[in-house]
Amino acid sequence: MTFAFRQKTALPGFHLALGYTLVYLSLIVLLPLAALVLRTSSLGLAGIVDLALQPRILASLRTSFGIAFAAAAFNAVFGLIVAWVLVRYDFPGRRFLDAAVDLPFALPTAVAGIALAALYAPTGWVGGLLEPLGLKVAYTPLGIGVALVFIGLPFVVRTVEPVIRELEPEIEEAAATLGANRGQTLRRVILPALLPAIITGFALAFARGVGEYGSVIFIAGNIPYVSEIAPLLIIVRLEEFDYAGATAIATLMLVAAFAILLFINLVQAWSRRRFGYV
Amino acid sequence: MSEKALRPPRPVASEGPLARAALIAVALVFLSLFLFLPLVVVFWEALRNGLGPYVAALAEPDALASVRLTLLVAVISVPLNLVFGVAAAWAVAKFEFKGKSLLVTLIDLPFSVSPVVSGLIYVLLFGAHGVFGPWLKSHGVEIIFAVPGIVLATVFVTFPFVARELIPLMQDQGSLDEEAALSLGANGWQTFWRITLPNIRWALLYGVLLCNARAMGEFGAVSVVSGHIRGLTNTMPLHVEILYNEYNSVAAFAVASLLALLALATLIIKTLLEIFYGDGLANSSRRH
Repeated sequence: MTFAFRQKTALPGFHLALGYTLVYLSLIVLLPLAALVLRTSSLGLAGIVDLALQPRILASLRTSFGIAFAAAAFNAVFGLIVAWVLVRYDFPGRRFLDAAVDLPFALPTAVAGIALAALYAPTGWVGGLLEPLGLKVAYTPLGIGVALVFIGLPFVVRTVEPVIRELEPEIEEAAATLGANRGQTLRRVILPALLPAIITGFALAFARGVGEYGSVIFIAGNIPYVSEIAPLLIIVRLEEFDYAGATAIATLMLVAAFAILLFINLVQAWSRRRFGYV
Repeated sequence: MSEKALRPPRPVASEGPLARAALIAVALVFLSLFLFLPLVVVFWEALRNGLGPYVAALAEPDALASVRLTLLVAVISVPLNLVFGVAAAWAVAKFEFKGKSLLVTLIDLPFSVSPVVSGLIYVLLFGAHGVFGPWLKSHGVEIIFAVPGIVLATVFVTFPFVARELIPLMQDQGSLDEEAALSLGANGWQTFWRITLPNIRWALLYGVLLCNARAMGEFGAVSVVSGHIRGLTNTMPLHVEILYNEYNSVAAFAVASLLALLALATLIIKTLLEIFYGDGLANSSRRH
């Protein structure tokens, strides 16, 4: 019997490689996710909605999504500036800064969490400066925002950087020779070209922020209805053996994650059509 | 001609020196507040009472047990995902088949799942009230709140790292080298070991590096399945949490400083790979 769906090639090992890939993928990823789907389907749609409308769960979802959105927007602005500076300007330490942007990918989230908590606590280096201004960061929703800015930063920078590098200087020169000043060129020529990458970076940072746990719980204060994030509430529910509650929150977060993933793919498809690159 | 005339005119397609300086300053302040100061704080807090308490905190038996467990988990989960990554990349990059893009999407799936949910799904599967819970219990097999659960959760969150480095690179490289080797009489395994593996070695190392950093540092997923038994099921990140919640700040930051050193080593090796072997990495990883 031959597999008609495979193109002819001289290379061996197709069945072994694909077979191993599918078995391993099924065991590690698909089967456990199926357990979640199974548990969810036993709750039913009405059951999920009922659970999600519990005030505490609703509040935690609002906290997670709202603050992740704000932090991703903050990163979209400052990440763009960082990416621009790293690609366009030459200054001592540029290489070092560029490498350092990946720190949030490499630093374990728990380490980031306690470091940010120590830094932004009222007794910390930055928190101590903000305290007299009446600004409390650690143990408030603002603290969650700080942690999510840290976690999301590389997503924006790394998505925007290659696109800035690909921009052709001729286009900017053309805009200048046609009488545009630098501000107009930036706003009307460069920004539109970077927009798909900025949106993609924003969405990636947002998706990561919604699910983030380790870096947040140390700085958040974790007060129900105020600074309790949805992933933490999953753990609280699990510890109470409320599997239905934990499953409902997890399902909503998973659906949101897939929706964001779909959105990113749509943005990239649009960008490919409009600009010819991702 | 005077020297002045040789200087290129100020480029029209750039910002003035003042705007440049301002933007660089903004970027520096932003990165300092969110990247550099947190990193410095880790070492500052760890060494706040001097070297003695720092070393004592690391030599403490529970801390050592957490280091051992973290190493054990990485030693099991990284090779598993390494073998999978090579197999998946071989299938995806060297062959055409239906459903390939779906497969690639599924491989990346664990990256879009919240760490806590990644732990939860294994609890739903293997926990006391899970699908296989009663069966496991009657057979005396412990997965959740034990080391196997920690390994499984770690394998899940680090699942895509190696595969996603190898797939784009091997697609770029094509199959000409392998076809040449086969036509000269090499068998499949000889071709893989002598042709493919040398071609992908730097990308492989790059993927393993990132996979390992995440495996040793994972917190959320592991936290759900671990049970937090001191000296038994506490990995280093979990041990940091326990110490921190006990207000044992120096010890918490001491263990955290080891993880921070791991992160720094990862970043340095990663950057060196990008600088010296950028051609051997996937396009998306090449940066210098």
